Amino acid sequence: MFKKTMALLLTMMLLAGLVAGCGPKAPEQQQPGENNAPAEKPLKIAMVTDVGGVNDRSFNQSAWEGLQRAQKELGVQASYQESKQEADYATNIETLVDAENDLIWGIGFLMGETIKTAAQNYPDQKFAIIDYAYGDETPENVVGVVFKEEEPSYLVGYIAGKMTKTNKVGFIGGMDFPVIHKFHYGYLAGVKAANPNVEVMVQYANSFTDEAKGRSIAEQMYANGADIIFHAAGATGNGMIEVAREKGKYAIGVDKDQNPDAPDNVITSAMKRVDNAIFNVAKDLKDGKYAGGETVVYGLKEGGVDIAPSSSKLVPKEILDEVEALKAKIISGEIKVPATKEEFEAMK
Amino acid sequence: MEAKTMKERIKNLFLNETLALTILSIIMGLLVGAVVIYISGYRPLEAYRLMLDGIFSRPKYLAWTVIRSTPLILTGLSVAFAFRTGLFNIGVEGQFIIGALAATLLGYFLKLPAILHVPVVFFGGAIAAGLWGAIAGFLKSKFGVHEVIATIMLNWMALYLSNFAVEQEAFKRKGTESSHDIHETAKIGMDWLKESLGAATKVNWGIVIAIIMTALIAYLLFKTTVGYELRAVGFNKDAAQYGGINVKRSIVLSMAIAGALGGAAGALHVMGVSYHVSILAAMEGYGFNGIAVSLIGNNTPFGVILSALLFGGLTYGGSKMQLIGVPTEVINIVIGSIIFFIATNRIFRYVLKCLDRKKLQKGVQ
Repeated sequence: MFKKTMALLLTMMLLAGLVAGCGPKAPEQQQPGENNAPAEKPLKIAMVTDVGGVNDRSFNQSAWEGLQRAQKELGVQASYQESKQEADYATNIETLVDAENDLIWGIGFLMGETIKTAAQNYPDQKFAIIDYAYGDETPENVVGVVFKEEEPSYLVGYIAGKMTKTNKVGFIGGMDFPVIHKFHYGYLAGVKAANPNVEVMVQYANSFTDEAKGRSIAEQMYANGADIIFHAAGATGNGMIEVAREKGKYAIGVDKDQNPDAPDNVITSAMKRVDNAIFNVAKDLKDGKYAGGETVVYGLKEGGVDIAPSSSKLVPKEILDEVEALKAKIISGEIKVPATKEEFEAMK
Repeated sequence: MEAKTMKERIKNLFLNETLALTILSIIMGLLVGAVVIYISGYRPLEAYRLMLDGIFSRPKYLAWTVIRSTPLILTGLSVAFAFRTGLFNIGVEGQFIIGALAATLLGYFLKLPAILHVPVVFFGGAIAAGLWGAIAGFLKSKFGVHEVIATIMLNWMALYLSNFAVEQEAFKRKGTESSHDIHETAKIGMDWLKESLGAATKVNWGIVIAIIMTALIAYLLFKTTVGYELRAVGFNKDAAQYGGINVKRSIVLSMAIAGALGGAAGALHVMGVSYHVSILAAMEGYGFNGIAVSLIGNNTPFGVILSALLFGGLTYGGSKMQLIGVPTEVINIVIGSIIFFIATNRIFRYVLKCLDRKKLQKGVQ
């Protein structure tokens, strides 16, 4: 009997091991500092993700790619801490402070308050944050990085406005707050600039992680006649892209070039080069030019935002030429893209 | 004869020593985790060393482990309490949210001296969530709506109610996705400990309150008439009814107490750690983790404390494995495996019992 029990137990254990082994593959890990051996200690840079996690195929992932590039090209030592709930932000920052990182990144608007508190608690520690501008209250040991998301959103909106056949397009927002409003109103302005008769359906999913919700919203929008949908909803938008692929409709990605997720359906993406920003700050830090106490703005001009290079696959060349012209106008300041509801309404 | 005593001994170990079984399951869960870490291309020993260092190497880390375990003790206790009375409280997540919301509202809008403010906020959170839990109990006793269905739906109502409240202008802090912070008088931080543990460590009285609550619940459940009635309903509703116990009242009472415990967890979390509530894009998991805590703790009040500490340690210490790149999912696999082995232990016991019975029958024939 005992033998039987043990046999059962062992089988179960092996089975569990087997099942567990099939889980998602861990992100590739490099042995830090082995590929190049600088004389001095390598810089250590780490980031805290928000609750989306490091493999969200969007924002956090882009940030991590930037850090990995810095690791490869600048020889810094990179690591990350994932957050599962809001209460994790503070403990994750603590962990990274204790690991003696030279610079700690907070990824995302939602981490704004926590980074500020941490900067006060650890005045000698350097911090940086994506998507949060403290304005005049930026602590000396924090760099804020914000993007002009409205600019690429305007461009993809223009493409959508030109390419729609039903004169109906959609927008799915993650959560109803200022960063997402920049996508929202930039996109609206772009669509209207291309074709004032196009109707834009807008819905907020109230989640950056709920793919099922992204699916159901997208299904509804496509069923109501929209033929192109743009999302700014992180992993929620992955559900929308899946629906586009199944139904053979067009979709517009966000943050990263999302064309590889559905090569025949994602016509373009409003890229927010979080990776570039992370890389540039790492480079500045290495060169001793850390801009503590400042807020850095990345727009089209700075190369911080753009439309995806893969756009040429599905978007006709003449539209892309027009987009190039628009881009030049935005850079020169001739076109001012609205970033808020007020600015959008004032434009009319 | 000799062999039999040997077998008996082993059987005793397996059949009677719940604690031994639980520890065995924990070890096996860690082994599975090690295999997963190894398959993912990292060194399991190094990863586990980081985890242990991350819990024990500094007083600050121990403090964080305790802070993280505190809400789990109460949510676990809430589930365990309901289990004991024959109810499955999946609603503890929502009760946590309601408790946190009520505590934040009272902590921000009321202005009282600390001696009054702290108990008002704490009991306010607990009572609000108790009423919230009682809804499910009422629906069950009056209309026979299964508490699992009712509490799952109440979870979402709690989530959106909380988000709605935070959206209100008077309550929302400008430029954030959170409510205003509660007043200093409603906080329960142990500020005198911060000097030695670092300013960022949010040590608070929550753990003491949680342990007192656990003792009270243990007393209520096992030493009072009400507790006896509640457990009797859990064992056998019909027998309890026949014995003259008011089953309907017991169900409502049980859900109310379970809800109050979940709400107490939320209130303590606000008073000690977060100081505000935020717009939630998804459930945070304090309640759902409570279900696991309760299961690992074998649904006993004392076991819940230990298993909450284990759970808090695993998740807090485990997050440090990321420093060498091990994904946090490994910790979820470890926890999942522990639960799996604990559940299968029960199956083993059951199988052993059945086999025994068959043998006995054969012997008789």
